[in-house]
Amino acid sequence: MPRTHVSCTVNGDEVDFLASDDTSLLDALRDELGLIGAKEGCGTGDCGACSILVDGRVNCACLMFAPEAEGHDLLTVEGMATGEHLHPLQQTFLEGAALQCGICTPGFLVAAKALLDENPEPTETEIRYALAGNLCRCTGYDKIVRSVQEAAVQLKGAAK
Amino acid sequence: MTATENPPTKYKYIGTRPIRHDGYDKVTGKARFAADKDLPGQLRGSFLRSPHAHARIVSIDTSAALIMAGVKAIVTGADFPTLDVKNPSHDIAVNLMARDVVYYNGHAVACVAATTKPEADAAAAAIVVEYELLPAILTIDESLAEGAPLVNDNNMTKFVESDGPSNLATVTELGRGDVDEAFAAADLVIEREFDTADVHQGYIEPHACIVDVGLDGRADIWASSQGHFKVRALTAATLGWDTARIKVTPAEIGGGFGGKTTIYLEPVAARLSEISGRPVKIVMSRDEVLRATGPAPSSKSRVKIGATNDGELTVMEASLAYGVGPFGDMAGLVGAMSIASYKMPNLKLHSVGALTNTPKTAAYRAPSAPHAAFAVESVIDDVAQALDMDPIDLRLKNAAVEGDLTAMGMPHPKIGFIECLEAMADSDHYKSPVPEGAARGLGTGFWFNIGEQSSATVNLNEDGTATVITGSPDIGGSRASMALMAAETLGIDVYKITPVVADTESVGFTDVTEGSRATFATGMAVVHACRELIEELKTRAAKMMEVEVDTVSWVDGAAVSDGKDPVSLAAITAKAKRTGGPLTATGSLTAAGAGPSFAVHCCDLAVDEETGQVTILRYTAVQDAGTAIHPSYVEGQMQGGSVQGIGWALNEEYIFDTDGALENASFLDYRVPVASDLPMIETIIVEVPNPSHPYGVRGVGETGIVPPMATIANAIQRATGTRMTSLPMSPPKILAALNEA
Repeated sequence: MPRTHVSCTVNGDEVDFLASDDTSLLDALRDELGLIGAKEGCGTGDCGACSILVDGRVNCACLMFAPEAEGHDLLTVEGMATGEHLHPLQQTFLEGAALQCGICTPGFLVAAKALLDENPEPTETEIRYALAGNLCRCTGYDKIVRSVQEAAVQLKGAAK
Repeated sequence: MTATENPPTKYKYIGTRPIRHDGYDKVTGKARFAADKDLPGQLRGSFLRSPHAHARIVSIDTSAALIMAGVKAIVTGADFPTLDVKNPSHDIAVNLMARDVVYYNGHAVACVAATTKPEADAAAAAIVVEYELLPAILTIDESLAEGAPLVNDNNMTKFVESDGPSNLATVTELGRGDVDEAFAAADLVIEREFDTADVHQGYIEPHACIVDVGLDGRADIWASSQGHFKVRALTAATLGWDTARIKVTPAEIGGGFGGKTTIYLEPVAARLSEISGRPVKIVMSRDEVLRATGPAPSSKSRVKIGATNDGELTVMEASLAYGVGPFGDMAGLVGAMSIASYKMPNLKLHSVGALTNTPKTAAYRAPSAPHAAFAVESVIDDVAQALDMDPIDLRLKNAAVEGDLTAMGMPHPKIGFIECLEAMADSDHYKSPVPEGAARGLGTGFWFNIGEQSSATVNLNEDGTATVITGSPDIGGSRASMALMAAETLGIDVYKITPVVADTESVGFTDVTEGSRATFATGMAVVHACRELIEELKTRAAKMMEVEVDTVSWVDGAAVSDGKDPVSLAAITAKAKRTGGPLTATGSLTAAGAGPSFAVHCCDLAVDEETGQVTILRYTAVQDAGTAIHPSYVEGQMQGGSVQGIGWALNEEYIFDTDGALENASFLDYRVPVASDLPMIETIIVEVPNPSHPYGVRGVGETGIVPPMATIANAIQRATGTRMTSLPMSPPKILAALNEA
């Protein structure tokens, strides 16, 4: 099958790769760019394990075709830390034991970042609805929600 | 590294909440799960699966598929050894790849290896299979019906004499006392029937592996599982290979909950690799996970309980039937064993496993116990209401304590059921008034926990740091627990310890991470190795201090002898070369004395009588951990188990069409709880130490899923006056029940 040349920005870097028209963006990120942080839990947009940001908005990478990334700005979990500093969400997830097996964690971190970028002071209910597209089978969500709440507090403190 | 503040305990490290050692890789996307490894030249595998629930395979024609683009190898049942039906791995082998019969819709019939996944998918679809349909048994009732067609001609019933194949996997009869007399004497008798649907473990990571078989015949397997030694053993058994030919490296595991205690892929990938001479990677789709990997059994039960007017539960008679899928399975036996834990002087249990042409079932968190607890704890709540007793008081009056008999007739070891009930009675939740418009339910449960075999190697490094190597895949933070127990025993900081889960060639044999055994049994092996090291450290220190070894004791990470300066562990490892060489020790054991863990749950909920929708408003889980090694991950197990139970109670079910095809094989239609469905899950850890473990560990993974179904049903009953007896208690079922009432 012919392959399309795709140019986009991933985690701040300009990248390009070749992809068939029916290749998912998730497969391209994982197989062409080696970014394995986004996971395939379902391939149908139901679990959120492949959540990435496209121009700042949460998307399931499994629901986009790779050529649709052309010209867009993507962020995966690999792009959340800055140098040697974890993103506050990554730090609060660690301290708050918000991960058990960890397979859903990249998707939750990305989705939670999108929430806090948009709404720095979310209520518990807003957090729960913002993360309702991400499935976690280990934690019962309690420690995830608390860690997002804590990160919001830290980010607000840092912004002052 | 910082961690959550913690109240002081009698231990220095145990009971603290350090950041887990594997956490950084998991929050930065670096952790490698089963599907995250690739090898040069790898092929991708794709299965052809049966569209029928029960059929004879007349012929399989792979000729058209074999010449398609990219196709390098195809295997069918003919490419695997035929095991004797008495071989313990026989059913696993048949489930991996159908031979002459398919036993459920989704049963693997062939697998293609091709250079790309789309090519493999296309070729799998081009394989032509001719089937002769056989009668399909889809429900427990059909399976147990007089004269029912056989689900599986090879199934012989266990635990009873039988003269031929049957649809019964197991028959279990347990009891004590005289139930007829006791029912006649009871002031109150309540009897109800219950049923529950198949539910899936719902791990987010689909099964996956990559297998590379070299020209020397040795197989290198990378896979996620709850036990890589079992992957090795089952791969060897189903292929007829020597174990020594196979190395299994454990990938990070993206959830298991019992469902990854068996295998589905590895021997298939191994044969494809052997034939093609290339590494073969197979990754299941979610559809395949739901159609072809272990759901927990369905169940039907009848429970009859008798009590005196002052609340003594004097007698219980119960029959349990589990729909176990097409192969022999122990669900019926285990369900009877784990039915309840009340003194109950008169008890009669009849439990069976019933074969069905539905996917092969697998373990799911406290396997078989949730079904039984749903039934028993529902009836006990009816008894409490009939007697106008507080549900905790009724249970306190009847709760088993050390020495009381289990259903199997063995005395309970030291258990914390009473302590859990008291902790719930004393909780903020239980002492708070029930919110306006809501109702409160309570339920309990327990799980035995198990020991089995574990190995650990502890290596002390030159600078006084350490590596703790075990063979227990870490599904919920067990590496952190191993490091904490090693830190406590050796007396060095937990962050000076690197916990590792090693491959099958780099650590001693270790059984599967199941039955809440990793922190208990593998932890015990770690402690044994550390204690052996301490003896050696004392010997080395005695040489360094020029004293007799029997004057040396080990205190807080240092060797101490009267009149001498203490010698730290790091000082001893620095001089290891001159005092006797490297410091390393191994603990290998079969752990005895697993401690049962009890739980008590409480739920406030509201029922929308217009829609049948249930909203959980407040939920509290109390559980006896024995000792909480890392309290955050103990809480996490309690919360995760509770929410899986809430899903089981309210949403989750396998829906088969009349031909046995799973109609809801996606996360859209098989709906597990999401964040917006739930409140915070409050936890109270009770610690009644297990006397058989050096630090009192019981193991906490299983129990949390046992109480929720009855807890929620009891709250719904109190909210609506209607007793729900069928899971899931989904809106249509609740509406129907309310309309009927």
